[in-house]
Amino acid sequence: MPTVSMTVNGKPVSGEVEARTLLVQFLRDQLRLTGTHVGCDTSQCGACVVHIDGESAKSCTMLALQADGAAVTTIEGLADGETLHPMQEAFRNNHGLQCGFCTPGMVMSAIDLVKKNPKASETEIREWLEGNICRCTGYHNIVKSIQEAAGNMGG
Amino acid sequence: MPDGVTGTGIGAAVKRVEDQRFLTGRGNYTDDINRPGQTYAYVLRSPHAHATIKSIDTAAASAASGVVAVFTGADMEVGGLPCGWLIHNEDGSPMHEPPHPPLAVGKVRHVGDQVAAVIAESLAEAKNAAELIKVDYGVLPAVMNMKAAEAGGTLVHDDIGTNKCYDWGIGDKDAVDAALAASAHVTEIDIVNNRLIPNAMEPRAAVADFNGANSEYTLYTTSQNPHVIRLLMGAFVLSLPEHKLRVIAPDVGGGFGSKIFLYAEETIITWASARIGRPIKWTADRSEAFMTDAHGRDHVTHAKLGIDANGKFTALKVETYANMGAYLSTFASSVPTYLYATLLAGVYTTPVIYANVKAIFTNTVPVDAYRGAGRPEASYLLERIVDRAARETGVDQLEIRRHNMIQPDAFPYQTPVALSYDSGNYQATLDSALSLGDVPGFPARKAASAAKGLKRGIGYSTYIEACGIAPSAVAGALGARAGLYESAEVRVHPTGSVTIFTGSHSHGQGHETTFAQIVSDQLGIAMENIEINHGDTGNVQFGMGTYGSRSLAVGGTALVKATGKIIAKASKIAAHIMEASADDIEFKDGNFTVAGTDKSMAFGEIALAAYVPHNFPHDELEPGLDETAFYDPANFTFPGGTHICEVEVDPETGVVKVDSFTAVDDIGRVINPMIVEGQVHGGVAQGIGQALLEGCSYDSDGQLLTGSYMDYTMPRADNLPTFKVATQSTLCTHNILGVKGVGEVGAIGSPPAVINAIVDALSDLGVKDISMPATSSKVWQAIQDARG
Ligand code: FES
Ligand code: FES
Repeated sequence: MPTVSMTVNGKPVSGEVEARTLLVQFLRDQLRLTGTHVGCDTSQCGACVVHIDGESAKSCTMLALQADGAAVTTIEGLADGETLHPMQEAFRNNHGLQCGFCTPGMVMSAIDLVKKNPKASETEIREWLEGNICRCTGYHNIVKSIQEAAGNMGG
Repeated sequence: MPDGVTGTGIGAAVKRVEDQRFLTGRGNYTDDINRPGQTYAYVLRSPHAHATIKSIDTAAASAASGVVAVFTGADMEVGGLPCGWLIHNEDGSPMHEPPHPPLAVGKVRHVGDQVAAVIAESLAEAKNAAELIKVDYGVLPAVMNMKAAEAGGTLVHDDIGTNKCYDWGIGDKDAVDAALAASAHVTEIDIVNNRLIPNAMEPRAAVADFNGANSEYTLYTTSQNPHVIRLLMGAFVLSLPEHKLRVIAPDVGGGFGSKIFLYAEETIITWASARIGRPIKWTADRSEAFMTDAHGRDHVTHAKLGIDANGKFTALKVETYANMGAYLSTFASSVPTYLYATLLAGVYTTPVIYANVKAIFTNTVPVDAYRGAGRPEASYLLERIVDRAARETGVDQLEIRRHNMIQPDAFPYQTPVALSYDSGNYQATLDSALSLGDVPGFPARKAASAAKGLKRGIGYSTYIEACGIAPSAVAGALGARAGLYESAEVRVHPTGSVTIFTGSHSHGQGHETTFAQIVSDQLGIAMENIEINHGDTGNVQFGMGTYGSRSLAVGGTALVKATGKIIAKASKIAAHIMEASADDIEFKDGNFTVAGTDKSMAFGEIALAAYVPHNFPHDELEPGLDETAFYDPANFTFPGGTHICEVEVDPETGVVKVDSFTAVDDIGRVINPMIVEGQVHGGVAQGIGQALLEGCSYDSDGQLLTGSYMDYTMPRADNLPTFKVATQSTLCTHNILGVKGVGEVGAIGSPPAVINAIVDALSDLGVKDISMPATSSKVWQAIQDARG
């Protein structure tokens, strides 16, 4: 089996994977980083979003081997100890999560949005979130969370 | 009750305790759990909606790389998955309950029905081996149309000789027929309540671990009610005693009803784990979820509403066909009967009501409770027929509602369909919603839309629901095979911190916060000294779980009862130590004080005295401070309110935009307004989803056409507006907290508001009706048809 090496949340990791192993399977099953979730099999729900070299990506839609040499950040890598990233803090502050299952993907996706478009309007936020499905919140508080975080992240 | 709105007590918008772990990726969902030596299950499913199984050849699969075992229905001689609610036909005979084997025996009855389970060292090997299983099917015609199925022909279950599960009625049919005949006007409507697929974002999953050393089974599963799963699986299917079966529902990623039920897969792997002597994990992929999670709604209804010359409703007659799917799921039979027809009075004084419900088996996935369960179907029917009646009789939409509403001084109000509403003020929620939604500004907004070539409409829904299920004696008399109480244990530790064991289960509702708020409020101790433990039959005494918006009204009341017992015992200990009469002990803000003195002991000091009982009233009390309470509610609770939707419709394309949505709900006392608003947002989003986007669709062969997020339209962020949400409460009169429940109001109240708004927008074109989901193509077609 081929070996894959990458940096995950700042730490170098490597492992043997099958050619067909998805990045999300490598993260969850081999590295036991179970914060990244799987909510669908058609690349639409966004529960699996991580950052690859700083860009949000659906980890169910790429092979582990495609991430060879990349710097991967997962939800586990955001907080500084118990100090939350401003996006995590804003989700907490605005009740932007209920069951928490979509949340890791939402947070990772939202950070990328704010990086790319720090002054995103409500409409732009809602359009960006097309690729992230939440069944619990009706998105109202997720949008509020992202707006607050954008302010706090210097947007 | 303390003032509450600041700090962490009742009424405070406390930030959620559980969020830290969810936000940092440290939730513990079922698929995150792995056991040493674990194997993986993959379920081979039927590709046909209806077929006999002539033979299954598993030899090649059994010999394949990594395969541990292959099981079929012939191997698994166990009981069928039971139905928890026995409905009787109008003639008094019981409903039909055909067997529901976990692995199909002889026949498959829907696409996705379980045919074989392959257990292997890895999931990939299990899937590869499943492809080697040869099943010889004798394909049969699919039974898909309920009315055709009622007439007979092909049978889903040959043994029962019919496709009709039951033919049930409630109310006085003769009185209704007479009143309709005497009415000045009768409005009729045909209504389809579209079939929905629940789609909690976490797919169902289970890990079963049999321990041969003590013959104990542990099942981790995505459940809203682990004790119910233990009871049903243990007692009815696998014949395992409760003390040898532990069911744990850890963090659960949303339920919405779909995770109430006992499912085949968790049953199969629990049974198989003992056969192979190793743990087994099974996780649904989303495609499996679409074809195996119990679906919701799916009613076809014809109704008549009589109105007298003064505009008062005289009678309501309802005939409903309810799709059960291929097998009876756990609560399926109760949904179109006691959770639906009993709500047909709504908020109105209609004096006589009759409903007939025919439940039909079809070759589709079983249908069961989905957020609201029966009550959305009732409110949709009522609020649509009232809307139409107003249009037909030329009465204003608000006027017809106000004119027929139950008055605020009429409570308790006995409806003609069994329920007795304890409290409410429908006029007050309506008034609040009119102001919050700026209804006086509607004409100006309509004109502004018209200037853009868009048609704006406004729609109302003044709904009621029943939740906090349920008084066990009443439920039992109506056919429930279980009690519907809840339990709580308050375990005070020697140093004064507290662990709560509750039979309610949180899968997004935030009980770790709200239940801690209640205990903090009652015992006067800090939230961080309170831990909420739920979801594990090995820890929690018993529980009926979370559904029907019952956690707070039933589970919360049990919790207050248990804390009351703690305070009573602690007061006696305090009296003994401070050498006073127990009657003179006052408990406030966490301190026990002898009335009129400065003698006082803190809660923690009493806790220590209870566990280090050197100076202790041994004659009167046992050491320790640990109390359990069970609470069986005296009545249902009756949340209600007004939802107002404004839409803009583009008449050229049929595209509907929900421009604003206002919800003012009476949910009784509010424990945490932040969480309450979140519950309403989520429910309304699901309601708008039903009204505009979501619809499960099968072809005539029983193939599921909406089997993924590519074809089943989930509400996305850009389909929804920012919501205007408020509460306007009357208190529940029969529980200590005065709470009613909020989990389902959004999904129950909203769909008719949306559809009524679309009909309003298009009424001047002659459009009278639009069915759910009101997709742009359907709206465009309705406009073309109306234009002729
Ligand atoms: S798991 Fe759904 S998009 Fe990746
Ligand atoms: S919080 Fe449950 S799916 Fe988003």
